[in-house]
Amino acid sequence: MAGWLFVVSLVVALVVVYRPFGDYMFRVVTYQKSNVLERGVYRAVGVDPAVEQTWGVYARSVLAFSAVSILFLYGLLRFQDKLWLALGMDPVTTHIAWNTAVSFVTNTNWQAYSGESTLGHLVQMAGLAVQNFVSAAVGIAVAVALIRGFAANQAASKSATLGNFWVDLTRITVRILLPICLLATLIFMVGGMVQNLSGGTDVTTLTGATQHITGGPVASQEAIKELGTNGGGFYNVNSAHPFENPSAWTNWLEIFLIFLIPFSLPRVFGRMINQNRQGYAIAAVMAVLAIGSIALTVGLELHGAGTVPQAVGAAMEGKETRFGVPNSATFAAATTLTSTGAVDSFHDSYTSLGGMMPMVNMMLGEVAPGGTGSGLYGLLILAMITVFVAGLMVGRTPEYLGKKIGAREIKLASLYFLVTPALVLGGTAAAFATGNNGTALNTGPHGLSEVLYAFTSAANNNGSAFGGITVNTPWWDIATGLAMLLGRFLPLILVLALAGSLARQRPAPESEGTLPTHQPLFVGMVVGVTVVLVALTFLPALALGPLAEGLS
Amino acid sequence: MRLPSWLAQHLAALRALLVFTVLLGLAYPLLFVGLGKVPGLSDKAGGSLLTVSDQTVGSSLIGQSFTDADGNPIPRYFQSRPSAAGDGYDPTSTSASNLGPESVVDTVSDDPDAASPSLLTQVCTRSLAVGKLEGVDGSRPYCTTAGVGAVLAVFYRDGFTGPVTRVVAVNQTGTPFVASYAGVPVEPAQPETDYRALGGVITPIRGTAPARPVVPADAVTASGSGLDPQISPAYANLQAPRIARERGVPLERVRELIAEHTTGRALGFLGEPGVDVLELNLALDGK
Repeated sequence: MAGWLFVVSLVVALVVVYRPFGDYMFRVVTYQKSNVLERGVYRAVGVDPAVEQTWGVYARSVLAFSAVSILFLYGLLRFQDKLWLALGMDPVTTHIAWNTAVSFVTNTNWQAYSGESTLGHLVQMAGLAVQNFVSAAVGIAVAVALIRGFAANQAASKSATLGNFWVDLTRITVRILLPICLLATLIFMVGGMVQNLSGGTDVTTLTGATQHITGGPVASQEAIKELGTNGGGFYNVNSAHPFENPSAWTNWLEIFLIFLIPFSLPRVFGRMINQNRQGYAIAAVMAVLAIGSIALTVGLELHGAGTVPQAVGAAMEGKETRFGVPNSATFAAATTLTSTGAVDSFHDSYTSLGGMMPMVNMMLGEVAPGGTGSGLYGLLILAMITVFVAGLMVGRTPEYLGKKIGAREIKLASLYFLVTPALVLGGTAAAFATGNNGTALNTGPHGLSEVLYAFTSAANNNGSAFGGITVNTPWWDIATGLAMLLGRFLPLILVLALAGSLARQRPAPESEGTLPTHQPLFVGMVVGVTVVLVALTFLPALALGPLAEGLS
Repeated sequence: MRLPSWLAQHLAALRALLVFTVLLGLAYPLLFVGLGKVPGLSDKAGGSLLTVSDQTVGSSLIGQSFTDADGNPIPRYFQSRPSAAGDGYDPTSTSASNLGPESVVDTVSDDPDAASPSLLTQVCTRSLAVGKLEGVDGSRPYCTTAGVGAVLAVFYRDGFTGPVTRVVAVNQTGTPFVASYAGVPVEPAQPETDYRALGGVITPIRGTAPARPVVPADAVTASGSGLDPQISPAYANLQAPRIARERGVPLERVRELIAEHTTGRALGFLGEPGVDVLELNLALDGK
């Protein structure tokens, strides 16, 4: 009962902030005056904030920024022993440094390393945490650019613009992410998270043994880890660590921060296209899928099927006492419905079907509500595919928000959808073909689940794992690194291309034959299309892993 | 001279990254490191360390093992949950077990380094040990009375169907926990043999143990972090009689201390109740 109240309280809190916080984000991304800090950034970067970019320039700016970020982070990791606060850690090996650099720049935060035994404090702060901010801002910026494509009302022209990436990046970081993190960090510190530069304290325990209590700037990193749907833990065990998640209420707050931006972005969408009801429809799709998934995950974990959970009497393996089963399951659903990937309990030890839910959540394409920005643009693509399918059924030219979904648009949308399944299934097949599935800890169907989970997580930029599998080998680091890189930037380029193409269209007036896209019927259709697409794509793979394990 | 546009773009990107590194990577965290020195926050920001007569003995947020050098429980202390962090409660090597819900077949080997128990056997072994320590019934479903997973590899004539031809107790090299299955005598397992690969169907046997075992769930499972500072009130109360006996303290006093160190659900519905083991043991030591 308390576990269900926990879920309900989160829903209520998110409903309450939807309008005010969405409206605030709307004001941030529709340019108004710059403040001193922003003008300083523009001067230092050397950009004119008044210059608008076409989709091509916008995309090249995103790619340039990400490429430089990967190189910079790779350098920090490789040379960390020469920097301050290295705590005596060695340079990170080449393949792990590549994997980690890609991982944090792509908002994945897949961790092939163990934080407490690999990284010094400076790399965590000035390398990883910075990418936590800016990769989240990049996602929101691209989503906003897509909305500008829908909202564009200009005469058909070749040079339709989508805004300025540098301005979006700066304003989103300075006005949305940073202020919330300042507040959240303070609250987390009151809750007991550590925030220091200490290399740790050796203590003598009651029984006379030595224990090394670790230190670090954890609270400041934890705030952006959740808010930016990043998920990279300061320590190996992520939000299960008492220093990263000291109590039941910090757990609640972490889940709230994970959902905060993705669930409020549909409001920004509605405001920008001047039809709030369209925002409500998108938010409703997200909510239906999310609530369904959370209910299933919590229900399956509480039911506790399977030999070991039955022997134990509860699915408590890999879960913390202070969170218990239902709150842990809620976190697991939240972290995979978004692109977060933080964990407060270990999915590998979940019941077979309970552990399948995080995988299914990611396979949905992380659109309910998805990562910061990436969730919204993913769902808008699915809405366009739905409009197209509906249009085919009744034999009309499909249009969404007055923009025709023509051959070019649907090609881009379909390619967008195909990228991740290709990476997930191709990567899993490659692991088995090359024998690299042998690093899985568990055997049988569960071993397949560990491999499938790894590529699902990497290609969808999630970052959580069935943690039993060993992934710090060169093959795994390179393969998952490629999956993360392609899984982030191919869709992102396709979205910006789509935005450019939409921006060039003059909106068509609504007619009697226009499919209304703000009513429950349409919400139901988008949910249906999403679930059917995912089922068709992934059911065979799931049948060999978690379904085989859970139903035998 | 005008730079080519691709180069100008990358230079702008580099400058943007450097600006954000200073702002978000240094100013932001260091501001809070500074704030963490303020009295009132400094204890928590420093790791909630517990000090007894000028000696730091641990952190109230980080669990400890209360075992001797050989890993045996010290009877006058409340015991923590099992831990997969290093050799147990090692904050430099945090980890969960990551073993799955159907991890039921042990790797049986004569070489102790190659042998590894399944999660089921670990649960059974722990339950038996806790039951023995507390003087209660340590039996669990799917566990043998010897404390290993009660699991058979059943061979059928036609793969998954037909009459049973052979049965092996996969987790036992000695006398099997049942003499026969479906009329076929049960053989003990041979080391280094994968009966699943030979075509055996893995069949866990439920047994007659109560569905709600006396030993609570948290006492037989490893936590997510390996550093769980808490145990459930049920596990604490199970240990209370032993603590009272070992220390010569009235049982009521021990139960009072447990109640004092129990954290209930925040706001009545967040999380689960738990007892901080280190703080409780410190209170017992009268410190």
